[in-house]
Amino acid sequence: MDMKTIYLLIPLAPLFGALVAGLFGWAIGRRAAHCVTIGGVAVSFALSAYVLNHMLSGGEAYNGTVYTWLSINGVDFNVGFLVDTLTAMMMCVVTFVSLMVHIYTIGYMHEDPGYQRFFSYISLFTFSMLMLVMANNFVQLFFGWEAVGLVSYLLIGFWFKRPTATFANLKAFLVNRVGDFGFLLGIGLVLAYFGSLDYAEVFAKAPELKDTTITLMTGHTWSLMAVTCILLFVGAMGKSAQFPLHVWLPDSMEGPTPISALIHAATMVTAGIFMVARMSPMFELSETALNFVLVIGAITALFMGFLGIIQNDIKRVVAYSTLSQLGYMTVALGASAYSVAVFHLMTHAFFKALLFLAAGSVIMGMHHDQDIRNMGGLRKYMKITWITSLIGSLALIGTPFLSGFYSKDSIILAVEASTLPGAGFAQFAVLAGVFVTAFYSFRMYFLVFHGKERWMEQGHHHAHDADAHDEDEHHHGLGPNDKPHESPWVVTLPLVLLAIPSLVIGYLAIGPMLAGDFFKNVIFVNHDLHPAMEAVIHHAHDAFHMGLHAFATLPFWLAAAGVAAAFVFYMVKPALPAAIDRVFSKIGVRKLLEQKYYMDHLYINGFAAAGRGLGTVLWKVGDAILIDGLLVNGSAKVVGFVASIVRRLQTGYIYHYAFAMIIGGLVFITVWLGVILGWFGPEAREWIGNLLYSRA
Amino acid sequence: MTWTSLNAGIALPEIFLLCATCALLLIDLFVSDARRGVTHALALVTLAITGVLLWCGYSPAPELAFSAMFVADPIATLAKGGMVLGVALVLIYGRSYAADRGIYKGELYSLTLFSLSGMMVMASAVNLLTLYVGLELLSLSLYALVALQRDSVNATESAMKYFVLGALASGMLLYGMSMIYGATGSLNVYEIGHRLLVGEGNRLLAVFGLVFIVTGIAFKLGAVPFHMWVPDVYHGAPTVITQLIGSAPKLAAFAFIIRLLAQALEGFAPDWRGMLIVLAVLSLAIGNLSAIAQSNIKRMFAYSTISHMGFLLLGILVANPVGYSASFFYAFTYVLTAAAGFGLVMLLARNGFEADQLDDYKGLARKHPWFGFMMLMVMFSMAGIPVFVGFFAKLAVLKAVVNLGMVWLAVFAVMMSLIGAFYYLRVVKLMYFDEPVNDITLSGGLGAKIVLSLNCLALLVMGLFPNYLLSMLNDAVVFSLPL
Amino acid sequence: MLQNYFPILMFLVVGVLVGVVPMLLGWGVGKVLGTVNPDPAKLSPYECGFEAFEDARMQFDVRYYLVAILFILFDLEVAFLVPWAVVLDEIGMFGFLSMMIFLAVLVVGFVYEWMKGALEWE
Repeated sequence: MDMKTIYLLIPLAPLFGALVAGLFGWAIGRRAAHCVTIGGVAVSFALSAYVLNHMLSGGEAYNGTVYTWLSINGVDFNVGFLVDTLTAMMMCVVTFVSLMVHIYTIGYMHEDPGYQRFFSYISLFTFSMLMLVMANNFVQLFFGWEAVGLVSYLLIGFWFKRPTATFANLKAFLVNRVGDFGFLLGIGLVLAYFGSLDYAEVFAKAPELKDTTITLMTGHTWSLMAVTCILLFVGAMGKSAQFPLHVWLPDSMEGPTPISALIHAATMVTAGIFMVARMSPMFELSETALNFVLVIGAITALFMGFLGIIQNDIKRVVAYSTLSQLGYMTVALGASAYSVAVFHLMTHAFFKALLFLAAGSVIMGMHHDQDIRNMGGLRKYMKITWITSLIGSLALIGTPFLSGFYSKDSIILAVEASTLPGAGFAQFAVLAGVFVTAFYSFRMYFLVFHGKERWMEQGHHHAHDADAHDEDEHHHGLGPNDKPHESPWVVTLPLVLLAIPSLVIGYLAIGPMLAGDFFKNVIFVNHDLHPAMEAVIHHAHDAFHMGLHAFATLPFWLAAAGVAAAFVFYMVKPALPAAIDRVFSKIGVRKLLEQKYYMDHLYINGFAAAGRGLGTVLWKVGDAILIDGLLVNGSAKVVGFVASIVRRLQTGYIYHYAFAMIIGGLVFITVWLGVILGWFGPEAREWIGNLLYSRA
Repeated sequence: MTWTSLNAGIALPEIFLLCATCALLLIDLFVSDARRGVTHALALVTLAITGVLLWCGYSPAPELAFSAMFVADPIATLAKGGMVLGVALVLIYGRSYAADRGIYKGELYSLTLFSLSGMMVMASAVNLLTLYVGLELLSLSLYALVALQRDSVNATESAMKYFVLGALASGMLLYGMSMIYGATGSLNVYEIGHRLLVGEGNRLLAVFGLVFIVTGIAFKLGAVPFHMWVPDVYHGAPTVITQLIGSAPKLAAFAFIIRLLAQALEGFAPDWRGMLIVLAVLSLAIGNLSAIAQSNIKRMFAYSTISHMGFLLLGILVANPVGYSASFFYAFTYVLTAAAGFGLVMLLARNGFEADQLDDYKGLARKHPWFGFMMLMVMFSMAGIPVFVGFFAKLAVLKAVVNLGMVWLAVFAVMMSLIGAFYYLRVVKLMYFDEPVNDITLSGGLGAKIVLSLNCLALLVMGLFPNYLLSMLNDAVVFSLPL
Repeated sequence: MLQNYFPILMFLVVGVLVGVVPMLLGWGVGKVLGTVNPDPAKLSPYECGFEAFEDARMQFDVRYYLVAILFILFDLEVAFLVPWAVVLDEIGMFGFLSMMIFLAVLVVGFVYEWMKGALEWE
């Protein structure tokens, strides 16, 4: 098998599984459906690992077109693959997490009537995500971008009978539209100014266009590179849920937990990060864009972390944690530490998928109760889930030597060294974020696994405030005599398999990925202008020493303080949070956080309401009267009228037909002989020529 | 003149087809009505072997035979391949339909194969007389086929109209050819082209001939105002014959146009371009507008054909290889689309029920979701909705027109397609959203159903991968045109 | 210039003669040799069993046309055969076989019409 065949096989294997399970799932049954999809993803993962190994052992990067779909005016719309170390790493992460989630799903969804549909969707997602990361041009990138968005939409609304789920998927879809609008405009600018959609050609041309300016409104000129990069980044803000387009991600938790792990934590939401890293040759050329990226990331990293503190739904806590971590990655991008962002992307994929799957396991153990106030003391009943959750949480808060520590500390180092104007704020945000992260992570951990066994008090029925699901789909909560139980092996196996990389991947990978030349010729950094990477490399070349050194740095003590605070608040003095709550309620902070900074309020009652109002006006006046009444029905009436006249020409009499032919022939003869012989004057030919061939 | 200088080998597919058809004609005399399947099978085998011979004989460079009366070039060979396929589909889809209507006879097969011979000769002829002979062989076979159902008033009436008007058009064409001969002193297409390009010959006479030739071509294509026969013949003829008329001969007409206009009358391109613009604009407008007013699906298809031929002309009038190959692609894909459309009509027809009213399609998708979906694909492709091949055919033609600078014409064509989308989508609406009025049963054997499904799926697959065919046809045009 | 058209003149003259001479001959010879014994049947014009002057829209047997068309088809081959026979020694085997192919095609048609019963009157 040559490499091209392998590259083709990697996305096509999951697609095949998705098609079989989706189209013929009704016929082949549950078992065959999960076998074929898991088989497809397993093949894909095995080959991805092979490709990564090939790259690590010095294999050539591949950049080639597989198929030209269409070609318009010299611009080709290709299906093509660019496989280098960045792609190979993403492929491995995507297929590995996807494989884990596939296996986990067997246990998590086994009661669900939409079993085959679910497997089909997640395999389709794997295909789309692979197409996205393997693209060598903007068209395929956009295809993958939209395809993962589509699958995300389908999966958030997987339980389509729940009004909350359909609301959430509509919200995700609409918010992503805003981002994609910017993304598409960015691609349009690339096409317009670079004249190509191929990565290699665009990147090669980027330095020439560094100082090009464009006029969007008369009197104002902007740097082309800044506008293009910011527009592309707007797309990333939608997909990677950056402030202020983050609002869809917490709601996306309406979907089944496996996809929260796969799509809304580990892979799809990181597509924006990946995209910016991929576009590093362009972003490097614009200080403005990088600064924008940095500030947006910093806002997301800190303020979304705050929201995690007050959540009571176990999945939402993890969701806000995801938002905050995505903010960290974005900060790294803004600081020109692209490889650090990608590194954090990778470690985060493992430990966040682990946390989500563990949360799912807890939810199963609790019989689909998601409220952490009803849990407690679960460590006795769910040993594996407990241990793996602890590993995930420790990795998340950046415990030295665990994977999250290396990536997060590198981000902090990079921000410290950054010279961009927004770096000061960003540094504050990421440091404060360390404390917040540790606090909410261990708040959840203590509430779930330690302390009193509160499900006894809650009894059968419970308040499920914001997240009331309809009761006929799943019965919620434990009965009076139930006990939580450990999940089956198909659920715990992925937890264990994900826990291993959460522990060690950072230690193993930091050297080559950050200090080595793993990303050489893939990610471009202008070291003179953006020195952030220098600082990171200095530490990263010795992972062991970096881990030891951490105990003497601020981030470690901030994280420790966060854990300690959580311990005090929720284990030692459970009355304390309520007291603090009352204080914060008085000054309105509590309300602000509960309302998520009023962002949803603003969007729904502001933009959406204004949009609906405008829509109503346009509908009543524009659509109903002008378009439907005048244009559609009017033109249809005209067309119908003309048609009724034209059809009368078809009399059925043969002599009418012959007559029409002869008249037609006569007209032709008269006109053309006349033109050629000059009966209508010498200008006639020219005049007809101008009429017929008028150029636009 | 000797056997070797005849170079008859390159006409092997035609020679084989003719011999096999004669043999079939005789064999069928000894086959009882009950065992007509033998004739059917032999006809299909004949087509298969003809196809294989075409495949084996493909040569990228034009080769002449029969004293430069006959050429085998890629345009001809590919067009013939399409014709063989189109005719095979007619025979496969039409079998049970013909059996139900008493026209499941040996003549159905022999005449169909003779018409195919005529088409193939048209595609390969480079002499005005050979062109004419091919055309007449096709036309006469079709006249007889339309009248095959002798006790049907509609069929005989339409055969009569077809015959009389066809004779008139043939007369005009022949008259035009004689003028060209008079003007240039040659019957050979290449020779005429050369002499007119260098400015030899009587210009007035040649223009006279040109007008008549365009008239004849317009009739054969069914372009407005020479289109009047199309709806009546499509409607009156048995559907199996309608499918024959509506599919493969369009490719023959394309080749015919290439020989006459692109090769023989190349020097008059600005003049015939003007005429084709008039024809195309009228065809697009009248075809689409009239189709809306139809309640009979065969008549609707007839008017839709007229508008499609308008598109075909748009590509031709660009008068460069890009335009020609766009038209070639259009004709090629149209053959498959039309075959699928009529195949589906026949699938729904049964003894005593033609399934030719639009209302007969109400609720089809609910009763037979698979074939409802197939019909949907055909309609989408005809309407030119992306992903289906019809879109790329239209796109290729419009691209060529825009490149020429005639934006207004492209815009007009798009507007007319928009109107056209209405009546295609109306069928989809009837199938998917209306309650069935008749009970819908499917006729036809499993084989026909499978081939029909593949045919429809091909519209999707070719839309996903249009480039293979498009570049193949483009190469064919580029290799064939100069000699 | 004009002498190019001499064959056409000859053609016209012969055509007129072929029409006129037999008529005159029949009339003249009849005058000399025959006896005049008219009756209505003898005096009525004869044309393929039809009245010469009557309504053109009368119905008649379509088989007349079938026979006529078949006759013309096979009659026309003479137009090829005669010139072919004249130059046969010059065109050799190639010419001979070409005509055989042509005749073979005709034979196919002949067998077909025979087997279809087109040659049976009833």
